Amino acid sequence: MNWRLWVPLFAFALFIGLAAYQLTQPRDDFVESRMVGQELPYFDLPPAMEGAEGVANVDFADGQPRLLNIWASWCLPCIAEAPHLEALKEQGAEIVGVAIRDRPEDVARFLAQHGNPYVRIGRDDLSEVQLAIGSSGVPETFVIDGKGVIRYQHIGDIRESDVPVLLQRLAEARQ
Amino acid sequence: MRRMILLLNTVLLFGMFGPAAAQDSLPPAPYAYRQLDDPQQEAAAQDLMETLRCLKCQSQSIADSDAPMAGDMRHQVRIRIAAGESPEEVRGWLMQRYGDYVSYKPAVSATTWPLFAIPVLLILLAGGILIRRMRGRA
Repeated sequence: MNWRLWVPLFAFALFIGLAAYQLTQPRDDFVESRMVGQELPYFDLPPAMEGAEGVANVDFADGQPRLLNIWASWCLPCIAEAPHLEALKEQGAEIVGVAIRDRPEDVARFLAQHGNPYVRIGRDDLSEVQLAIGSSGVPETFVIDGKGVIRYQHIGDIRESDVPVLLQRLAEARQ
Repeated sequence: MRRMILLLNTVLLFGMFGPAAAQDSLPPAPYAYRQLDDPQQEAAAQDLMETLRCLKCQSQSIADSDAPMAGDMRHQVRIRIAAGESPEEVRGWLMQRYGDYVSYKPAVSATTWPLFAIPVLLILLAGGILIRRMRGRA
């Protein structure tokens, strides 16, 4: 019997094995931004509600690192992360918000109900800033250093265990 | 009267829970569903949109998807094409932000080269075996 006859079957089994292995691996749905490590692109957003200040990329280049939180009043996980944003604020983080496709009255109602951790809130009706910094959903949180460079991206709502991680990243951005 | 109260309660109840469950209530971006006036530019934009992946949906192109974010991406594509950017420049702009994931047009890169190399290798191998057999017979 020629051993070479078995080669195609062996190759086929190898292929099936590889496919089966890959299919049973947990799926990673997160699309990471390629803008981490790069400077914030130009943007200048009007305020998302009455009494708030708008957000521009130049606001970030004053030497102080900040969190940039991409959120929306219509986003349910944003409610879950609200207390953790509050905790971050209490521990000294300065948080800038960008409200995606939102109405001023909805923004005001959300913040009255769940607390307002933001120093500024920009209004992004066309997801322009979101697309410009490579964010693919709400909520997402970026660490921006004092030169306006994106240093870290957190995808999804902030859980309690993410708070120290984000504070650590902010401290690193300070150096 | 009782009916009125019941009706009022129902209205209030839905009023309370309505907004929490709602998606965003803004109208779509200006060029999310509106075609460009120049048919040539619109055709270029359409071709491009069919090869860009919606970031929020399962394996749909942004041309196919009604997700608000896909609409905002179509708006970006159309205004950039209308401003004179080439489709490949717009694709490049998005890939700079989202990587290969956002594009359905496969490009040779450090991770994708086996996709292009393996078929060529298999054809060469099959050709080699074929030639050897033909010779063996002759």
